[in-house]
Amino acid sequence: MMGNVTLLEFLSGGREVPGHKPWPRYQLDARGWRALVEQMTVSNWEVLAEWGEPAEVHVLLRGEDSGAIAVVSHPCPDGKFFALGRVRPSAIRLERAIRDLWGLVPEGLEDQRPWLDHGRWGVRHPLGKPRQYDGEPYTYRFLTAEGDGLHQIPVGPVHAGVIEPGHFRFHCQGETVVRLEERLGYVHKGIAGLVAGRPVADAARIVARVSGDSTVAYSLAFARAVEAALGIEPPPRAVWLRALMAEFERIANHVFDIGAICNDAAFAIMLGHMGALREKLLRGNDLCFGHRLLMDRVVPGGVAADLSEAGREALGHMLYGVRKGFEQAVALYDSTPSLLDRTTGTGVVGGALVHRFGAGGFVGRASSRGHDARRLPGYPPYDELDFEVPVMAEGDVHARIMVRVAEVRASFKLIDQILAQLPDGPVLAPLMLRGAGEGVAAVESFRGEVIVWVRVSEAGKVVRLHAHDPSWFQWPLLEAAIDGNIVADFPLCNKSFNCSYSGHDQ
Amino acid sequence: MIPPIAKFLARHLLKGPYTMRGAPDPDADGLLELAEALGQRARGRLGRSLAIREVDAGSCNGCELEIHAVNNPVYDLERFGIKFTASPRHADVLLVTGPVTWNMAEALMRTYEATPAPKWVVAMGDCARDGGCFAGSYAVAGGVSAIIPVDLHIKGCPPPPRDILAGLLALLETVSAR
Ligand code: SF4
Repeated sequence: MMGNVTLLEFLSGGREVPGHKPWPRYQLDARGWRALVEQMTVSNWEVLAEWGEPAEVHVLLRGEDSGAIAVVSHPCPDGKFFALGRVRPSAIRLERAIRDLWGLVPEGLEDQRPWLDHGRWGVRHPLGKPRQYDGEPYTYRFLTAEGDGLHQIPVGPVHAGVIEPGHFRFHCQGETVVRLEERLGYVHKGIAGLVAGRPVADAARIVARVSGDSTVAYSLAFARAVEAALGIEPPPRAVWLRALMAEFERIANHVFDIGAICNDAAFAIMLGHMGALREKLLRGNDLCFGHRLLMDRVVPGGVAADLSEAGREALGHMLYGVRKGFEQAVALYDSTPSLLDRTTGTGVVGGALVHRFGAGGFVGRASSRGHDARRLPGYPPYDELDFEVPVMAEGDVHARIMVRVAEVRASFKLIDQILAQLPDGPVLAPLMLRGAGEGVAAVESFRGEVIVWVRVSEAGKVVRLHAHDPSWFQWPLLEAAIDGNIVADFPLCNKSFNCSYSGHDQ
Repeated sequence: MIPPIAKFLARHLLKGPYTMRGAPDPDADGLLELAEALGQRARGRLGRSLAIREVDAGSCNGCELEIHAVNNPVYDLERFGIKFTASPRHADVLLVTGPVTWNMAEALMRTYEATPAPKWVVAMGDCARDGGCFAGSYAVAGGVSAIIPVDLHIKGCPPPPRDILAGLLALLETVSAR
């Protein structure tokens, strides 16, 4: 087939599944799926997420030029599917996870090691056809590196700092890292299994806790997916308040990240300063919306807390101080050569790799991939707001800091616009049940694109859910970023990525 | 012209410190729970200092964010003699967050074993109590007490920094009493 066929043209040969919103879902048989995988070698369609069901595999794709998005499903009653990971490296870990959870075998995938399943659940394929497993935990065969004077450093799962658990295996020559391999899955909680069969409101509480730092983004993605599935419009004021909360979440995370990265370069004053700013922001959240991290404030149908006039004023005052403090801290960063010396040229990720993996957020934008879900596919109210998406090309720790700085500034401006234009009215629409449906939504979290896909039953229960964290496409790049750097720079690189463990492992 | 240093001093005198004044009262429920948990056990004489090793046993990371907050200049946990250490071997207290996932159960157990006695375990957050909203999953063992003995719970999802402080101060009061 020709290389210039668009995604939707290609899929028009498949069967469109009715009731899937807002983007279509197509089913492909084995031949169609294989043709799709082959087509992917010549097309620039991006994999946004891939997940399973007991006898079906789904992939969410985006056509790069047209921006068209579609879910492609492939029923595989014989429990096997032609692996997409053969042509898209970003799908490799996703397909290893699909095998662990649903028992579907990705055929032709070179790496057949389990990923989330460590052999400790007492069951295999818990979401597919569960089989009891009483054996020993699996031993994991790490990739090797051979040569004179190489040594290994195992780190984790329990780390030295207050961070999430995961295992890193370094192969080093002296101080230089020759290979880093990650092993994740330690905080797998089985969220997809937990939400199945629950009423939408209960499921919302769990989805809000996929990754605590992105709770607004996950709640928003879930709410938008459910609203799409049920055909509900949230009231305008709720839409704007959601954006307000999302931007507060972005600023609070970025601000603290910037401080923490500098702290890993032994410049603790930045952490102290940024920590104090973050505290102001969280207190603002608590005061105005009743939760420091804004958990459970965005719900299907709207938002659970309205902003009072007094709250709006208080936010304005608070932001004035936070902005000033933020600019002072950035000036300090900019004028400290010893700190810049650590961050510049460290942990470089090339643009080609970032594009191949479709990595988003500051990791993508620091290496010339400017994708932002608020722009494409876009969602309200961002179509009525004016904002910049900063992009840099250097791809080092410094660039990841500066992209965050620019994003914080952009978010401040967004908040100004939101506070000035906030419409009046109710903030919650009732969840009317109009029959079963499927919905999907993409939302830009501070870390990148969060995706939630959901199938809701006629009774308003979640039948199946998949939540995709942007970290899936960023973790593998961290392995590349540290290549050739010294071990001592790993915390710096790692923090500059700040990938989520909980969001990835779920 | 006013010299810059004078401006600097004036600004800081007027603005006051970042750090919140005083300490929250030790958590009353916590004191009760501790009295029960530690009644039979030897109390260490720690001279009002505690070293904490934090273990994320499966959390959503929300609890970690608030632990970071108690270390920020506003709460400044260290001024009470409580500080976080990098190794369980240097720790008096394990502060455990999250439901314990099966994939973390052994790591948690081993961290507990690596902590020298006398030691205390604080389970922080609603997940750590009984698995919270993750209870019942094939991948979750339950709350922290499903794997190791717990001396104190700090409620909340996540507990705000004040409550974390109040809980840890209750522990400090109890274990350093003669
Ligand atoms: S208690 Fe809440 S914040 Fe803490 S780990 Fe559990 S869900 Fe996350």
